[in-house]
Amino acid sequence: MKGLFTGVFAIFWKDILSELRTKEIATSVLVFALLVVVIFNFAFESGADTIGLVAPGILWVAFAFAGMLGLNRAFATEKENSSLEGLMLCPVERHVIYLGKLAGSFTFMLIVEAIITPIFLVLFNLPVCMPRLGIIIVLATLGFTSVGTLFSALSANTKARDIMLPILFLPIIVPVMIAAVKATGLVLDGGTWGDISTWLQIIIAFDVIFLVVSLLVFEFVIEE
Amino acid sequence: MGEKNIVRSNILLGLGFALMTAALYLVFIFAPTEEAMGQIQRIFYFHVSMAWVAFLAFFVVFICSILYLWKRAIKWDTIARFSAELGIVFTTLVLITGPIWAKPVWGVWWIWEPRLTATLVLWLIYIAYLLVRSYAAEASRGARFAAVLGIVGFIDVPIVYLSIHLWRTHHPPALVSDLVPSMLLPLLVSVAAFTVLYIILITRSISLSNLEAEVRQLKDARANQRRS
Repeated sequence: MKGLFTGVFAIFWKDILSELRTKEIATSVLVFALLVVVIFNFAFESGADTIGLVAPGILWVAFAFAGMLGLNRAFATEKENSSLEGLMLCPVERHVIYLGKLAGSFTFMLIVEAIITPIFLVLFNLPVCMPRLGIIIVLATLGFTSVGTLFSALSANTKARDIMLPILFLPIIVPVMIAAVKATGLVLDGGTWGDISTWLQIIIAFDVIFLVVSLLVFEFVIEE
Repeated sequence: MGEKNIVRSNILLGLGFALMTAALYLVFIFAPTEEAMGQIQRIFYFHVSMAWVAFLAFFVVFICSILYLWKRAIKWDTIARFSAELGIVFTTLVLITGPIWAKPVWGVWWIWEPRLTATLVLWLIYIAYLLVRSYAAEASRGARFAAVLGIVGFIDVPIVYLSIHLWRTHHPPALVSDLVPSMLLPLLVSVAAFTVLYIILITRSISLSNLEAEVRQLKDARANQRRS
């Protein structure tokens, strides 16, 4: 158990360090997410009366697209620098690599979301402090990144790397997307924990199922 | 193909032909015209049969994907690949026959409703399944990636369905037990006919791919002989 934690943390810390030095993923993803929010605002011509209907969708499309961009980099950088071989030579089980990369992507995505969400709430004149929204974001992001890390490793090994991840990722995360948008809509309308509990249960079920499945099949994705 | 296999495949073909003819007769002549919907309701017999075969095909992909990752025998990958192709063909037909029925009955081509939406997502997942294969650098890697998606995709479908289910459902509920016998019989025969059609198509594709492998081997052997 202790060995598992050390291994996961070592890979996680490696990603954090390299990100702190290059600031490659976080800045580009952050700017991209912000742009999606702004562009969608024009696309839907959101006035005061329609904002409640379109705001949750805008937020989650921004997160899904930005997340995909970040996840794509997660294994693409390893592949470009040929450090994937080094990673695979590490004396750890394959699922430790998965958990380490997952922890990294999860953290990056949460940081981006923590910056984008307040900006989004201010731009759309919505109430700023909302613990319920925070829980939805954390749970849905775990769902996104658990599937995303698996598919990122997979698509990094294909020829059409950049297009392969969205094609794999988007249909699979449909349940999380629906549940997150619905729950966010309810929260923005002043919904209570009881109102959103069904949607949270769907997201939690998705998280648990795909964490387990990804852990089981990850070794087949990166084996050479 | 061995002597025994040819006999078996001919029996299967005969059975398929008989069932398909019977299904056509039962659906278009024997079955009564539905009171409210009229003639268009007859598409239901084929729609349901093809939806069943599509689901069966993707279930076969799921099982063969697990077996391939576990045993690493190439035959499981071959079955999974052809089953996915057939599943996509039948899902496409389901997605085409559905709106043809829905337009006169519901007044719209499409509703974003659980079963319809889940079927569309299913279709997209297996399109990705075929793309992963063709974009992989080597065939063996493509087989592994496809198997992973064959497992993940199949597990995803019930959750997709559940998550969309909180909207009101428009799809006619599966009332097979409530069908009058004169409508149940055509449905059952039609389902049987399409199932046999699936088995015929999948065995044909597998034996074709075995022949291809054999030809490749012979070619390689010949090239090696010439060289030496």
